[in-house]
Parts: sequence; structure tokens; C-alpha cells
Amino acid sequence: MNFELTEERQMLQDGLRRYLSESVTHEGLAAATDSDAGHDAGLWAGLAEMGVIGALFSEEDGGFGGAGFDLSLVFEETGRAGLVEPLLDVGVLSGGLIAALGNDTQRGLVEQIIGGVVQVAFAHGEPNSRYDLSRVETTAKAQGDGYVLNGRKAVVVGAPSAQMLIVSARTSGNAMDQDGISLFLLPAGHDGIEMRSYPLNGGGRAAEVTLTDVTVGADALLGAEGQAFAALEDANARATCAIAAEALGLMETIKTLTTDYLSQRKQFGQPIGKFQVLQHRMADVLIEIEQARSAVINLAGNLDGDRVERERHVSATKNLIGRVARQVVEESIQMHGGIGMTQEYALSHFAKRLTMVDHRFGDTDFHLERFIRLSAA
Amino acid sequence: MDLSYTPEQLAFQDEVRSFLQDKLPAHLSDKVKGGKRLGKADYEEWHAILNERGWLAATWAPEYGGTGWDAVQRHIFEMETTAAGAPRIVPFGLHMLGPVLQKFGNQQQKDYWLPRILNGDDWWCQGYSEPGAGSDLASVKTTAVRDGDHYVVNGQKTWTTLGQYANMIFCLVRTSKEGKPQEGISFLLVDMDTPGVEVRPIVLLDGEAEVNEVWFDNVRVPVENLVGEENKGWTYAKYLLTHERTNIAGVGFARQGLANLRRIAGLEQSGGQPLIQNPFFAGRLAQVEIDLMAMATTNLRVIAAAAAGNAPGAESSMLKVKGTIIRQEINALTRQAIGPYAAPFVSEELEAGSNADPVGPEYAMAGTQAYFNNRKLSIYGGSNEVQRQIISKAILGL
Repeated sequence: MNFELTEERQMLQDGLRRYLSESVTHEGLAAATDSDAGHDAGLWAGLAEMGVIGALFSEEDGGFGGAGFDLSLVFEETGRAGLVEPLLDVGVLSGGLIAALGNDTQRGLVEQIIGGVVQVAFAHGEPNSRYDLSRVETTAKAQGDGYVLNGRKAVVVGAPSAQMLIVSARTSGNAMDQDGISLFLLPAGHDGIEMRSYPLNGGGRAAEVTLTDVTVGADALLGAEGQAFAALEDANARATCAIAAEALGLMETIKTLTTDYLSQRKQFGQPIGKFQVLQHRMADVLIEIEQARSAVINLAGNLDGDRVERERHVSATKNLIGRVARQVVEESIQMHGGIGMTQEYALSHFAKRLTMVDHRFGDTDFHLERFIRLSAA
Repeated sequence: MDLSYTPEQLAFQDEVRSFLQDKLPAHLSDKVKGGKRLGKADYEEWHAILNERGWLAATWAPEYGGTGWDAVQRHIFEMETTAAGAPRIVPFGLHMLGPVLQKFGNQQQKDYWLPRILNGDDWWCQGYSEPGAGSDLASVKTTAVRDGDHYVVNGQKTWTTLGQYANMIFCLVRTSKEGKPQEGISFLLVDMDTPGVEVRPIVLLDGEAEVNEVWFDNVRVPVENLVGEENKGWTYAKYLLTHERTNIAGVGFARQGLANLRRIAGLEQSGGQPLIQNPFFAGRLAQVEIDLMAMATTNLRVIAAAAAGNAPGAESSMLKVKGTIIRQEINALTRQAIGPYAAPFVSEELEAGSNADPVGPEYAMAGTQAYFNNRKLSIYGGSNEVQRQIISKAILGL
């Protein structure tokens, strides 16, 4: 039994925490969200230079990490800083899929992703798919020796700054089938692709991506035709680990902000942190955040294990994170009072970003139901 | 024990319903139901319509132009207007200052200010909270120093709701530092066009600017704008707060919210079926509905006692706590129901008549922002912590 980080990971954590605390400001995050790209190119380059993107990939794929505990350590730190860069989308989702499924040419992109010179966004969710991973209505029809893609992709995080897209589309089967889903890797500016970009609650930008008769060659196919689901589930598990760790980091910062506020804010002649009712509620918040930390460790440690066991942990962790996130957000705002609701004060950014964690990769109820199903199997 | 309305009350309900059918403009109810922004002109339009019918001042005595309704009639009116999607009545002049002036103002103040409230000549806002005086309201520091026939006011108020529309503000100011903090507070009416008054918007986490800071720098206020006696303002402030707590349970809002939630959960698809058929989600929705059914009756019990002449005391604290918990749960379930489209933040979508197509479903933006915005429900008007303190002291005697 050992819950200590290895020496390398400890160094990465220390360095990343220092870099982010020096480079990320409340104003900078807002400016990134307001910009067309929705991110800060300087920060992105800095992350690449530190090897943070590389830490998300295994040595075999050209990185220097890639295990569950690498993901959890990186994303806990980005969460702690409230970072809005599309690191999860580019590094874990798109990068992970290219590394897992790509041919030699496509895999060449991984090096460019790790180097911070290319961003690839993953266009998978659709207006009707909610959290159902296999619900793909976008179609890819074979034509000549290539395909024609039609459909619409929803809330594609990181698309506004991406040069490339991975698009999921159905080459056979019905809307909910696991079989028949294919992935295509193509330039974001390809003919027939239209993007509507917008800012997100909690920062960063996404886009609605509409594909109208997008004609690609067979070389755009990423992995075998119709067989993408297993890789999708894999990438989804890793992304869930990442977002759960990010949530944990967000919670840690919220805990610090709230504890500081309880110590400083005086009403009725004393710091409000002296009131027992608030002490107890803050103690509950702390207990639940420690539960969240353990849930992240559970998932990170089971990420490379047996599929059913891994997926049970995906759902267990995401369910618990969702429940704790709501409690941490609501209690921290309440204990701050009015100031906790102002956009100018940092808490609002962390609270909104943490709230939005439950709106990606399945919410608390989705995973509760899924956990029951997987446990019964 | 009888849970139903009397024939007279039912007739009144019909009268309100047909009035709303005839007179509530669709462009206003569309905005309210769609969660769009309401501007100053929207509120003024609705106030004028109610005023013409004599129904604007539900809490005022008939001699001042009020309806003279009892608590049950006020409740019926509240339920019907909320269900119809009428804009809320802006409470600062009508529900807060009006009753204070009627009880503590001098004749000249009543004659001058009350008709102006009814006619919409003044838009009032509330100058209570300060950066250092929230739950501990008695620690207000804004000072008013007598100088001839004026008070000179210095200090800062905050969380001033819709202060950007206001031309008048009623303030709690410190006129004495002697004795207990409560003993040196006065109730002063300030014209916001006076030199030295500055309003600065505060943007909240939903991106909207509905509250403000109001700064006072050597603002000269005529002494005739003092309400009641100097240093007795705390009494008036407490009296006002009992009126602030009318309709504190928010049953009408909760019912509207629940209906909206049910609609959204019927449209959202999860696992190939409407979300509302998902037993987990349906269970959560049912739970909050059950709570609301019971709370609505708790509310009626307090109303019936009030109609029988028993002024509600700590019971209103109970209604505030439970009422806000229920409304916030409905807001949270609505946000959850919206799914991935809760993430896009497109501010223009809250503007009625905006040309921008919504990014996701038409309810997504308003539903998500309502969750964030309504965190305020358990903070303002006496936080839920303060309400629980009142309950434990006044009811439990602890």
C-alpha cells in the first residue's frame, strides 16, 4: 500500500502547480474565454514546454506518462488553477484516440500535439445524444474510395482553437448501436464544415459543428470502419478520470477560498468561522472532498484494468464527484453570502466550472443507473 | 378542517383570472415564461395596468389606495398572477416603503410619496446591506450627520437590487454611535439625483447586473426626508422586513418552476426515452413535488392564521427556509435535465426578440442561469442561517 507520488510525478506536480499559480489569473481566464480561440496560446505553449501534454501519453506513444495517476495529477492541478485550456479535449480525448487507432501517418500528429503545435478537437456528442456514448446519428456514406459525412455535433469543446477535428459518424446500424461507429480525422476548415463558436459556463469555448456533404478520402478514417466503440469507451474512461481529477482540484481551491473567507469575514463582532453551524458544515465539505479524492484514486488505479471493473469505477467515481460537486458549490456560495455570487470574485469561476463537470461524460443519475447495471452484470 | 376556498374566495379567483386573461400583455408573459430579461419599461407597464384596476398595492390599506385584501385574497392573487406569467411586482416601493410610511411617516410624507409610488413617478430601491453589514444588519456604518436643515450622508450600500433603474433610495443610516448598534440607526429617504450619489453595477455569476453598489459622498438630504424619529430606524426596518417576507414561501414560483421542469424532462431524451420516464429522474422530481404539496399547505396554514388576525412571526422564517430549499432543488433538477447544453453561455439568448438562434434547446440558457442566479434565494432577505436562528430563538426558545 502506497499513496505517495513517485519522484517524477512529485516533480511534475510541484512544477505544474508553481507554473500555474504564477501564470493563471482570474482576469486572464476571463480574457481567454472572451477571445475567439477561447484559450491562451502562451499558456498552451508553456504547458507543452513543461511536458504536461506529454505526461498524458505513454512512452510508447511518444510521451512520458499516460497512466491513470499521470492524468489525475495533471488535471487536479489544472482544476486547482481553474484553467480553461482544452487540455482534456486535445490531450486525453483526441490525442488518446489518435494514439490508439491511428496509422503511422496519423500517429505523427501525436508528436505535434505533445509539442503544443497542433490542437485536435473531438466532435462526438450530438444534439440528441445527451450522455449516450453510442448514440451517433451523423452519417458517413461510402462514396468512391472515400466517404461523405452529414450531421451535427454539439458542444465540441476546444473546436474554436483546433486545426483538426475527429468526427464520429455512423457507417452502419441504427442510432443507438455500438457497432457501426467510425471516426474520421480531418482539417477543421474542411469544405462543408461550419462552426458556431460560443463561450462556456465555467470558461473556455466550444462550437456547434455542422457537417454538410463533407467529402473525405479513405485516408481520413481513424481506425477500422464501424469498430470505434471500444476505443470511444476507453477514451471516455480516461476523460472521466481527468475531469474527476479536475473537479477535485476545483474543490480544493473552493475549500481554501471558503475557509479563508470564514476566517476573515466578521459579523456580530466575530469571524463567521467561529459560528458552530458553519464550522460543522465546512467540516462536512472537507469530509466529502476527501471522499472525492479517494474516488479519483479508485478510478485512476483501475483505468488500465479489466473492462467491466474499470467501467464500474468510471460510473462510481463520476456519480460521487457529481454529488460532492453540488454540495461544495452550493455550500461555498451560501457560506460566502452575496460576495460568493459576484463575477468579480474568483469563487464564481470555480463554482461554475465545477457545476459544469456534471454536464459532461454523464451526470450523477446517469452513472448511478449505469453503476447498478454494471454491478448486476 | 376544510382545505377548500369559500364561494367568495372562488369568485375572487375567477375575477383575477379573467382580469389576467384580458389585461396581461402577451409580450410580458412570454418574457417571464421564457426566462428572458425584463427591463424597467416592462415592470412599469405591468404596474400601470394593475394600478388602473386598483390592484397594485395588495398590502396597503384602502385609504391609501390599497386593495384592502386579506391574506387569503393576497395569496390567491399571487398564485394566479404567477401562474399566468405576470411580471413580479417590484417590491421596494409597494411592499416595503409603502407600509413603513403608512405606519411611521408623517402626513406630509404619506400625501407626497404614496401616490407617487402607485403612479410610478418614483422607482425606489433598498439601501440596507453594506459591505460590512449583511446578516448583521445593525452594524451599518453609513453616516448621516445633521447640518442645519440637512443630513450629510457618507458611506456605501450594496446588493441594491435594480438600483440602476431607481431615482429614490430608502436607507438605514447611522445617526448616533451611542448605546447598542440598533439604537443609533435612522430611516432616511434619499433622492439619487443628489450630487454625491453614485451607482455602480455588480455583475453576478450568471453574467447579469441586477444588483448594484450605491456610494454616498457628502450627499445633502433635507431633514424632512427622515421617516419617524431619529435613531428609531431599526424599529421601522424590522417592520419593513416583516412585509418583505410576504409571499416568502414562493409557492407560485415553485409551481411554475416545476411545470417548466416537467416540460423539459419530457423533451430531453436519455437512453432512447424521455428523461421524465427515467425512474431515477422521475423519483427526484416526485420527491420535490411531494415536498411542495406539503409546503403549500404549511403556507396556507400561516395565511389562514394571518387572515384571522395573527401576525406571522417566526413562521415566515420557516416558510422562507423550506420554500427556498424547494425552489433551489427545482432549479438544480432543471439544470440537470438540460444536460450537455447547460454549458453554452450565450448572453444574447436572454434578450427577448434576439435574432440569434439558441445554441441548444430554447430553455437551456434560461434554465441554467436560473440555477446560478437563484443561489441568492437562500442568501438575501435574511439568509437561511439567520432564519434558522430566529426559529430556534422565537419558536423553540433556545
